[in-house]
Order: sequence, then structure tokens, then C-alpha cells
Amino acid sequence: MAASNKITRKLAMTAVAWLVALVIAFPALWLILTSFKSETEAISRVPHLFFTPTLTNYAAVQQQASYLHFAANSVIVSVGSTLFALLFAIPSAYTMAFAPTKSTRSTLLWMLSTKMMPPVGALVPVYLIFRDLSLLDTRTGLLLVDALANLPILIWMLYTFFKEVPREVLEAGRMDGAGPLRELWNLLLPLSLPGIVSTSLLAIILAWNEAFWSLTLTAAKAAPLTAFIASFSSPEGLFYAKLSAASTMAIAPILILGWLSQKQLVRGLTFGAVK
Amino acid sequence: MRLRRLLLGLALLAPLHAQTTLTIATVNNGDMIVMQRLSKQFEQLHPDIHLDWIILEEKILREKTTTDAAMHGGQYDVVTIGPLEAPIWGRRGWLLSLEDKLSPAYDVNDLIQPVRDGASANGHLYALPFYAESSLTYYRKDLFAAAGLSMPAQPTYADIEHFAARLNDPAHDVYGICLRGKPGWGENMAYLTTVANTFGGRWFDPAWTPQLDSPQWHDAVTLYARLLQKYGPPGSSSNGFNENLTLFENGRCAMWIDATVAAGSLYNAAQSKVAATVGFAPAPIAVTPRGAQWLWFWALAIPSSSKHSAAALQFIQWATSKEYVQFVAHENGWAAIPPGTRESTYKLPEYLATAPFAQLTYRSIMAADPLHPTLQPVPYSGIQFVVIPSFPTIGNQVGQIIAAALVGNMTVDEALTKAQAATTRVLARTGKPQ
Amino acid sequence: MSRQRASRWLNTPAIVALFLWSIIPLVMTVWFTFRRYNLMEPDRVGFDGLANYRYLLSDPTLFQAVFNTVVLVGAVLAITIGLGTLLAILFDQEFFGRGIARVLVLAPFFIMPTVSALLWKNMMMHPDNGFLAFVFRSIGLKPIDWFAVAPLTSIIIIVSWQWLPFAFLTLLTAVQSLDSERKEAARMDGAGPIAMFRYIIWPHLGRAIAATTMIESIFLLGIFAEIYVTTSGGPGFASTNLSFLIYRYALMEYDIGGASVAALVAVVLANLLALFLMRSFARNLDT
Repeated sequence: MAASNKITRKLAMTAVAWLVALVIAFPALWLILTSFKSETEAISRVPHLFFTPTLTNYAAVQQQASYLHFAANSVIVSVGSTLFALLFAIPSAYTMAFAPTKSTRSTLLWMLSTKMMPPVGALVPVYLIFRDLSLLDTRTGLLLVDALANLPILIWMLYTFFKEVPREVLEAGRMDGAGPLRELWNLLLPLSLPGIVSTSLLAIILAWNEAFWSLTLTAAKAAPLTAFIASFSSPEGLFYAKLSAASTMAIAPILILGWLSQKQLVRGLTFGAVK
Repeated sequence: MRLRRLLLGLALLAPLHAQTTLTIATVNNGDMIVMQRLSKQFEQLHPDIHLDWIILEEKILREKTTTDAAMHGGQYDVVTIGPLEAPIWGRRGWLLSLEDKLSPAYDVNDLIQPVRDGASANGHLYALPFYAESSLTYYRKDLFAAAGLSMPAQPTYADIEHFAARLNDPAHDVYGICLRGKPGWGENMAYLTTVANTFGGRWFDPAWTPQLDSPQWHDAVTLYARLLQKYGPPGSSSNGFNENLTLFENGRCAMWIDATVAAGSLYNAAQSKVAATVGFAPAPIAVTPRGAQWLWFWALAIPSSSKHSAAALQFIQWATSKEYVQFVAHENGWAAIPPGTRESTYKLPEYLATAPFAQLTYRSIMAADPLHPTLQPVPYSGIQFVVIPSFPTIGNQVGQIIAAALVGNMTVDEALTKAQAATTRVLARTGKPQ
Repeated sequence: MSRQRASRWLNTPAIVALFLWSIIPLVMTVWFTFRRYNLMEPDRVGFDGLANYRYLLSDPTLFQAVFNTVVLVGAVLAITIGLGTLLAILFDQEFFGRGIARVLVLAPFFIMPTVSALLWKNMMMHPDNGFLAFVFRSIGLKPIDWFAVAPLTSIIIIVSWQWLPFAFLTLLTAVQSLDSERKEAARMDGAGPIAMFRYIIWPHLGRAIAATTMIESIFLLGIFAEIYVTTSGGPGFASTNLSFLIYRYALMEYDIGGASVAALVAVVLANLLALFLMRSFARNLDT
């Protein structure tokens, strides 16, 4: 009796939860579905659920705008900015986690506060500086900006991971006379590698999806996928299916990465407050 | 140290070219996309030049190219601009002057005069016109015939409203009239200004006082809003040229007043469902024919901050040459050639034979007089815009306000009062143009 | 040399980088607020006193933008945290295929803003061939022209859709960390679902909600791409937020002086929010 109640409850939950999940994911699913339709089907006022799938849209997008170029930019900028930011974030988090001082807490809070300014507030100065340094429409320039934007999050996340490393291991290393850099490189990094990897995944996702700087600081050479998609916002002729194909290609890598890094997302973006 | 190596490594990831790379910024209209596709021929003719295309929506394109030109950013080697930018940027030294750098084979005197004038300032030519346009009334001959209506040789707005009312049939997915509603000085305001012109209105009086609260503007905007609210498709306030083109091609509009360049696409059966039944008539008039049809062109120019101006010069001559016109005709048919820039184009018998809209386009362009755009005297030039540096600002703000009136957020009078205030404000800030 | 001092220099690069990143733009912005500088007229540059302030602060769109920003942030917070809590409780239950359902719910967060915006604009909210229009027509209602009639609401819907997964995931993590023994004990004491929620789950979620609120606010203040790609701040200025207003001043009207004043307003607003949130968050900080 209790058992069958439990099963009923589970089935009811399944139905409700799946309904909710499908409703929420519906727009994304619809997007992917549309990418396989013909343009007339895509623009039709009565949505088609069943149709003959075609790959012509994917081919057409690739032909028109050299998708690979934009995708390469996205990869280079997101991975590059993450690696570059790690160079700053790892030493910083290490110091604050293992050699805390009275000012560590306020330093951390200050670092967090640098993230609070909406990026558009820095638009004009950054644009002018980039122009003078010939960094406009360069991957290096966009990479720098993304690195700086993500730095606070990286530092905080690594800080929380480092604090979880058992002190005994590091104590032992200290007894052996290891200096701080050695301690960092030989002991800490291997121990906290999973944390570093998941932090990096989060940073890559944030940089990949970053839409403000990539729209304002790039034109063609360094434009990533976000800008590529924006160019479809008022296009010529029939376009829904092609737009869907381009969009699906743009979001696919991150959907996969995101699926792999769910836990880290929470920890990272809440600055470790929720684990 | 590691940092520099890292940055260097990243920089080397950029593709290596032993050639010059030209960055070309252009608008995402059909003719430009054709140009991009056919530019492979240019790359074959000039193996040392590689073309990098940036194809953007008009609004975004303008932002990028204007900021780059003003800040001498050097991001682009070729920019696509219109008659608002060309004279202003030319006078400011943001563009290379071209008339003394063209090859004789280019035949610069073949350029249609009003268009050439629009691309020049102080006697210097600053941009080579790629295509030019005026405005036309497109209509569905089949729907007209079925309703027993006929389009007069020169329709008036009273005619248009009458036709729209008769042909509006939302139950069958056909709307009486499609017009631009998307906010922007080059979007809804371009069309609306011609309506204001033909009702006898103007943007500014000779003392540069804005005239948006005048009865002529009131009549124009009221008619515009009424047409779209009663007989227009849903979502009008976000429909620009491309969206309306798609609608008309799919048979959803009985009439559409917009750029002459749409004719090529509408007439192309591969793209347009209504190719066999589309009809063409001049843009409608009301009180006066002055300023009823607009004049616009897209021209290719070279920013003075470009580092590859020699190669850029070769490209823009190629893209605006007589040979290019023939090339497009050969590849895509005569109806698809970039129109409105060369006298020679309108003497080609094959073109005139296959494109029934050619003569009307030519006549509309020749009738457009940017130096005398309105019934009453004005201190500015430009038909569907005002050639002053602050016009984009003014036009964009007013465009947004009009869009709000269109969707019913405010009445036409409220909108025009707000528009008047906004225009006065901007002009007070930037100072009256000399 | 003490270990602490030796290792403190490791923190310097990050501090210097962030310091420059936050100070230089701010100083330049303040500098520009006192200058007349329009990109279209680079020769007419000079000291302008308070003219920019007077111009900006008499601009009706500034106040509308601030108002829209506050509404946008508040509404998205309310929707995402409210729905997120419900979802978290739902997904805390056992059911079949929970892992996959979870992936589905998370999907919107990973979709880049420009894709989300265009997806909603063209395929969901388009009054003619959008999916919502189809749904409305099927139940006999006239489709809504979302971006014309309810532009700010439309943006709110799009942004809430994007951020719901984040709130959901954070709150779910918190709910799942709730000690199951306490839940069992409460259940044994006869607590029904509502009492459970009120006395056990809700207090526990406090910290998670605080963290979520704070993080979301940071990002929501800077919403830009969605507006840029759909409404361009209109119709009128109904969907213009501070970010878009600054962008409009800087890169559409080329008015650097004006844009800088608006940027200062944004900085002040962000700092107020930061101050408020940091005080509550700092309490929860200690790990």
C-alpha cells in the first residue's frame, strides 16, 4: 500500500517535472528543430512538427559567412582569456587562501565589487584606449577585456577550492623547506586540479557567451560567434532556418560544456557561497 | 616573460597571408551579398589581394563605420556609405578624394549626375556609387484586377488609402499596405519624410526652427499611422526594408511603397512568389510632387585611415564598373544588376527589355532633386533626410517616438510635440548648422 | 623573510590589473563629463563645465532608463527566484529521468544572449509566424505584437528565461544540502508540505537566495545584447535601460560627454546596489 502510493507519487512527479522541463527547454528545442527545416516550413504560420529534415541550411551558413572563422575566434578568445586570467588568479587566490591577513577579506570583497559595474560604463574609455593601442578588432584586445572581466570570478572560485585543500599536506611541504612558488606549483596545483579545471570551464562559458564587448570592440577579424549571430538580426530574405542552423552551431559547444560543468556553475557564480 | 610569449603565440594564431587583406564593411542587402559572392572573380584577377567581408545590418553598419571614421580607427579599408555621410565625411577629411585617382577606363562621367552630386563635396568625389535608388509604389496587379481597381499613372495618397481599404484581407493573410515602421533615421523616418514632403511639410524653416508640429507633419503622420494600424501587417513597428520585402515576396501585401531596388528581387521568380503579378507605379503624392520620391545610394568609399588604399581603390573601381554590371547580368540575369548609377546602364537594350521597372526607376531618380526637396524653402539639402551631422541623432529619436505613436502608446499629436521638443533640444546642443 | 610577506607579492599582479581596470575607465569617464566631445565633430573639443550634466539631467529618457533598469532587474529577480524555488523543490523529489530533465531545464542559461534574443524575437514572439502567435490563434485569441505592445515585458521574459536555470541550480544545490534527517524528523512530526516549506526549507534557502540575488543583479544591470538585437530600446524609449542609453549616446549619437554623464549615473546606481548587497552578503560570506 505504501509502496504503490510511492510509485504513484513518483509517476505524478515525473509527469509534472517533465512537462515543466519541456516547456522551459521548448524554445531551444524548437530552434534546433527549425534548423533542419526548409525555409518555407520554417516561416510557416502553422508550426510543423513533422517534416523531412535537411542539412542544406548548415551548408548554406558555412558558405555565406565562413562560420569557421567566427568559431575559431570564439575558441581562441574564450580559451585564451581564461588561460591568461589564470596566470593572475591562481597566485592571487593562493596568497589569500593560505596567507590571509586582516585585509584579505576586504580585498576579496573589493575584487568582487569591480565586477559590479555594468560594462557599458567603461565603453568609451576602453574604446578610445583600444583605438590608440591598435587593439580594436583584434583577438588580443577582446581576450584582455574578457580576462579582466572574469578575473574576480576566477579568483573567488579558486579561493574557495584552495580553502578546501587539507592544510596538513601543505604543512608537510613547508617542513621540507618549500618556498611559496614551489608550494604552489608542486603541491597545490595537482591537489586542486579538478577545481581549477571546473573554474576554467566556467570562465570559458562566460567568455564564449559574452555579448557586450564582442559586439562593440570587434568588426570582422576578431568577431566571435556572438557578433556573427547579431548580424542576422535584420537579414535579407527568408532566413529563419538558416538563422536556426547558425545559432545551433554557435550554441552547441557551450551546451555540451555546460552540461559537464553544472556543479561548478553554482559554486563559481555564487562565489562559493552555495556549494 | 611567459606573458609575452603567450601573447605572441596567440597573435601568431592569426591567419598568415602573404597578401594584402582588404576589410570591406557593407550592408546586408541583396546586391551586396551578390557582390560578395562575385568578388571571387576580383580575387582571381588580383591574387595578391584577399577580401575580408563584414556584412552588417544598416544600423549596425553605420555605427561601426562612423565611429571608425571619426576616430581614425583604421579598421576598414572600404566602407559602404550613402549621401548623408559622403559629403560630410568628405569635407572632414575622413575619406580619400577619388576623382583624380580613377583609371580612365572607369569613365567617371558616365555616373548619373544627381547621384554623383550626392557623393561629392566641394568639387571632390568621395565615394563611387554602387547602386542608387528612389522610391516606388509596388502593387499586386492580380489583387487589383480581382477587385476591379486600377492603379493610376500617378497615384495620390487618397488613392492609396482607398485601395488599401478595399484590398485589406487579413482573413486570407493579405494586408492592404506594407510600410516601414522600424525606428531609425534611415528606416521609418526616410519614408515618413517623403510623406511629410509631399504634404508640403519640411524639417526646418530657413531659420532652422524645427517644423514637426506643423499641420503638414500632422497630416502626414496621421495618414501613415492610420494606414499601418488599419491596413498593415502585424509587427509593423519592427518591419524595415528587408522584412517588408519578405512579406511582399510571399504575397502578404497588396501594396508597398519603398526603394526601387526591391524591384529586382520582386521580379525574380526564384525568390519571389509574386514575380508574375507585381506592378510598379510612381511613389504617391499629396499636395505637391516635390520630395515624394527619395534619392538614396550606397557607395563605396575609402577611409583616409585605411592602410591599404591602393588595393582598396582597385576593388571599389571593379565593383562599380560597367564590366561589373555586365558580370552580374551574366551570372544572375539582367533584372539583378545594381541599378541607378550609370547612364550607360539605362541605354542597354537587354536591360530595358527584361526589366520593366528600369525606366520608372531612372525617371524617379532623375526627378529627385536633393537641392530643392520641399515645397517651402529650406536651409538644407537632402530629400528623405537632412544633410547635417546631427541628423542621425535627430532622426533616430524622432523615429523612436513615431514608432511609439504607431503602436498606440501615444497620440500623433503627443508624438509630434515630443519630436519637436527632442529636435529642438538636439539642435540647441549641437548648435545651428552653418 | 616571513612566509606571509614572501607570498603576498603573488597577489600584486591581480590587484594591480583589477585596480587599473576599475580606476582608469572611471577617471576618464569623469574627465569626459566636463568636456564637449562629439565623435562627429572631433575639432570642436573643449572644456564645457557642467553643460553635459545639465543636458543629461534634463533628458526625460534618462529617468525612464533608470526606471526601466530598476523594473527590469526587480522583475527578473522576482520571476527567477520565485520560479527557481518552486523548480528546486520539484526537482528535489524523486522521479524518472531526473538527470535528463535537469539538463533540459539548464539549457537556456548556456545559450548566448544574441541567440536567445533572436530566437524569441523571430520564432516565439513574432506576431505573425511565431509560436506564441500560433498558440494564441489556436485558442481563439488575437496574437500579441509583443515587442510593440509590451517591449519591456518582452525583454523581461527573455532575460528571465535565460537566468531561471541559474537560480534553479543554485537553489536546488541549497535544497539538496538540507539535511534529510531534519526533513524526516519534521515529516514524522506531521508537517505538511506547506509547513515544511515555511519552517524548514525557506529559512535554509536564505543564504542561497541572497547569493543568487546578488549575482543576478550584477549581470542584470548590464543587460544590453537582448535590447540591442530586438527593440533597440523602443518603441519610444519604453525598453531603454541605462546600458542601452549609454550605448545610444556614445555610439549612436556620438555624444561622448553625454554618454559619460549617463555612465556616471550607472556607476552610482551600481555602487548603491553593491553597497546594499555586499553588506548582506558579507555576513553570509564566512566560509
